Amino acid sequence: MPSTSELVEKVISGDVRSVARVIRDIDDGIPAVRDVLKALYPHTGKAYVIGITGAPGVGKSTLVDQMIGHLRADGKTVGVLAVDPTSPFSGGAILGDRVRMQRHSMDEGVFIRSLATRGHFGGLTQSTRSAIDVLDAMGKDIVIVETVGVGQDEVDVVRSAHTTVICVIPGMGDDIQAIKAGILEVGDIFLINKADREGSDKTLSDLRLMIDMDQKKYESGTWKPPILKAQAVFDQGVTELLEEIAKHADYLRSVYGDLRFRARKDKVREELAEMIKNRLVETVLRGITDTGEFEEAAEAIVRGDIDPYTASDDLVLPKISLPDPE
Amino acid sequence: MSLTYNRKMLEEAGEVYDRWDREVEKTFEKHPERLERFSTVSDMEIQRIYTPKDVAEQDFVRDVGAPGQYPFTRGVQPTMYRGRLWTMRMFAGLGSAKDTNARFHHLVNAGQTGLSTAFDMPTLMGYDTDSPRARGECGKCGVAIDTLRDMEELFEGLPIDRITTSMTINPPAPVIWGMYIAMAENRGIDRRQLGGTIQNDMLKEFIAQKTFMCPPKPSLRLITDTVEFGTQEVPRWNTISISGYHIREAGSTAVQELAFTLADGIAYVDAALERGLDVDDFAPRLSFFFNSHLDFFEELAKFRAARRMWARIMEERFKAKNERSLWLRFHTQTAGCSLTAQQPYNNIVRTAIEALAAVMGGTQSLHTNSLDEVLAIPTEEAATIALRTQQIIAEECGAANSIDPLGGSYMVEALTDRMEEEAFEIIHKIDDMGGMLSAIEKNYPQQEIADAAYHYQQQIDRKEKTVVGVNKYVTEESLPVELLQIDEELERLQIERTTRIRNDRDRQRARDCLERLEEACVEGRNVMPPIIDAAKAHATLQEMCDVFRKVFGEYRDPGIY
Amino acid sequence: MERNRRLRVMVAKPGLDGHDRGARIIARAFRDAGFEVVYSGLHQTPEEIVHAAIQEDVDLIGLSSLAGAHSYLFPAVVEFLKERDAEDIQVIGGGIIPEEDITRLKAAGIREIFTPGSTLDDIVAWVRENVNPKE
Repeated sequence: MPSTSELVEKVISGDVRSVARVIRDIDDGIPAVRDVLKALYPHTGKAYVIGITGAPGVGKSTLVDQMIGHLRADGKTVGVLAVDPTSPFSGGAILGDRVRMQRHSMDEGVFIRSLATRGHFGGLTQSTRSAIDVLDAMGKDIVIVETVGVGQDEVDVVRSAHTTVICVIPGMGDDIQAIKAGILEVGDIFLINKADREGSDKTLSDLRLMIDMDQKKYESGTWKPPILKAQAVFDQGVTELLEEIAKHADYLRSVYGDLRFRARKDKVREELAEMIKNRLVETVLRGITDTGEFEEAAEAIVRGDIDPYTASDDLVLPKISLPDPE
Repeated sequence: MSLTYNRKMLEEAGEVYDRWDREVEKTFEKHPERLERFSTVSDMEIQRIYTPKDVAEQDFVRDVGAPGQYPFTRGVQPTMYRGRLWTMRMFAGLGSAKDTNARFHHLVNAGQTGLSTAFDMPTLMGYDTDSPRARGECGKCGVAIDTLRDMEELFEGLPIDRITTSMTINPPAPVIWGMYIAMAENRGIDRRQLGGTIQNDMLKEFIAQKTFMCPPKPSLRLITDTVEFGTQEVPRWNTISISGYHIREAGSTAVQELAFTLADGIAYVDAALERGLDVDDFAPRLSFFFNSHLDFFEELAKFRAARRMWARIMEERFKAKNERSLWLRFHTQTAGCSLTAQQPYNNIVRTAIEALAAVMGGTQSLHTNSLDEVLAIPTEEAATIALRTQQIIAEECGAANSIDPLGGSYMVEALTDRMEEEAFEIIHKIDDMGGMLSAIEKNYPQQEIADAAYHYQQQIDRKEKTVVGVNKYVTEESLPVELLQIDEELERLQIERTTRIRNDRDRQRARDCLERLEEACVEGRNVMPPIIDAAKAHATLQEMCDVFRKVFGEYRDPGIY
Repeated sequence: MERNRRLRVMVAKPGLDGHDRGARIIARAFRDAGFEVVYSGLHQTPEEIVHAAIQEDVDLIGLSSLAGAHSYLFPAVVEFLKERDAEDIQVIGGGIIPEEDITRLKAAGIREIFTPGSTLDDIVAWVRENVNPKE
């Protein structure tokens, strides 16, 4: 077992095995990895993070594969985190996104890692964010995070991205509704993939209508999400996507003066709040689970001996030694 | 309308069987049936007994008829095996072209009536033996063909103007066929005399066998080029063998095999029509290739249903006029996936039953697997036993004496109807998706097969399906079987040989030919003439396939599990 | 409750043979056993498989081959793992593999070989017994 400082050194020098191991520790929730992440933190903040999200079957992995090709031709190094759902029945998962990107597996400038959603204690968001940090610290210029765009967790994941691309395909009216309901606000760019299919103009006008509803916002200079058409399989529209991403980066730079999230108080606040929440959940809930207090309380509630409000107060307040919120 | 059974007879039979049913069920308290549910290998539920009621809707003339007559349920030719037996066509290919050539001579001398070539993996994928992707694979599951010289050696001394040759080749099919034509012409044989088959069925590759090179659309274009060229220049050649075999081997059910295969056929016909060909000019040269699995009745019903369905599809959907366009002629191979490594001699018996089902189903040609096929490339002895199995079925047991001898069996007719009905349901679903190409793009057939395969494996693991020697009647000791080993030295020799040919040929001429091939690809002209020229100029298989990859792009596995 | 190591397995198809029925079925069985399965996809060279396995930090690589090229492909995977200092990733194989080759493959560092007829349960049980997630 290498020491923490050795591991940190190796990650920074770009050692693939060490990077892979640290991400594994994050994923498995190994407490010691916090020290590694602390030490890596000063070395993060350089990578540009792109989130790609959309329903299963819209061609995200193929798109990512083509993006890697272009970015590499441009001399950029790329890290990819591909998130796939865990089976709720067995807890296992088949992580198959990598299949479509395998042609890059021998390229030292590309690091691809598949993650399962699991049911993380600290939430998928936290572990993915930490994994982004590791790829960032190892020196990747661009980090692409690919998620299935369903569920709050996934939406939160793409919040860690500088630019979030929402992928749809023609003829999925329900999807547009879902976007409207949940992830519209996180979309910086909309991409209609498989645009040769019937209904792509309809999808385009639906999306445009939706985006135009915020017309006022754009007049005050806020970024207006462009809508692109692409056929990722044939590498069509990928250059245009990367150009739009670059424009969005320019926009972020003009607004915040700096691309690094840590220079932006809103992002720092968001991340800090998230971490506190996770830390609390992790320590308190795990503590009372390990001691059996959690089960006891649950049984007491079932028996009618106590109400859940009192039970939760009794369980939590002593652990965090706060004054009663009277 | 002329229902096979009249109302009165149906009523009386109904009464008889209702009474019988009640009586039989009374005995179940004491003597229950062996299983709660009886089902085929494909898990299609089978009834206790089949009676006239199960074919009550059958119209004899419309649905069954006579052999050689629409809808050809009982066979495509009027005399079937009383006229001529099926072609006994054993698949062979091993090691070098020279080794395979020797095996061909052996099989022809043993009474085989058609040749069938197996290629090694690099050849099947369009790589030369010296490609880094080909390492360790030369000659392992068939013969390696890099250049025209290999093709010439493969068929040396064989009467290719009289004997038909089947070649199991898919993405590089135009190239291998081009090399074959070039070889024949160099021997002074007119291409119009050549008879045989190239498999050339890419759709099932995307669905099942996963030997692919270019994406589906350009793949279909290359196939259509061969159909067009064959129709005009090589009229005795079957340019596509629309294959369900591999779909089944990948784990599909019998109905899925039937449905996906015919849906592939529909896609090829559509493509050729779009090219401007007349359906009756090319459809007679389309042939099919099915699997024969262990469930005897399910299989022979599948073959009968296939013939009837294709006739209906060609007449109703494509308005074919020529009777030959309506014929579904097919080759059958016994199911490789039904063989077991345990107690391998049992495989002879399995193969015999499967072969008999194919014969009862009216196959035009047949490959019987060798007992060691699950372990390695067959030895000469094992291949001979497999051929003898066919000869025994043909000439000793009387199976070939009468046409469609199981036609009219209530069970067989009912299963035939049911297979047709269920398969048409799937075909209509595919139509609704916009045809097979877009169904493949949506991964529909791939997912269906993956699900069926997993279901079957679980049934075996739970012992709901018996596999003798594997999950029942297991013995510890294993009978040693003599296996054929491929010399590891072969790869080095083949690389040397191909390198020598590349160096010795007229390089400028080869380069020019490849350029002309590229132009044809880009400009949409038929690729066959430039391929034949390039083959004669000793351009290699991979050099030509690289042109396709460059112009059309490479297809990558979408990874459906 | 996370804090447990979960077994990560790569199911890989080396070589040009595309018969992936076995690989796909095994991938599902591993998932249903609670493992995280990274599927390599088809037509991979041994080197590509090793690179991917290292990036994915798997505990085990399961190789499937049905076209006779295992004699070169399986040991090549073990060799590349050694070369990349990743011998802790174990390798098993499955497919149509004759008895005498099994001895040779095991000598070359393939931990176990499963031939046609091994049940899914056998394979899963073997993995549970013999492969532990790394600490």
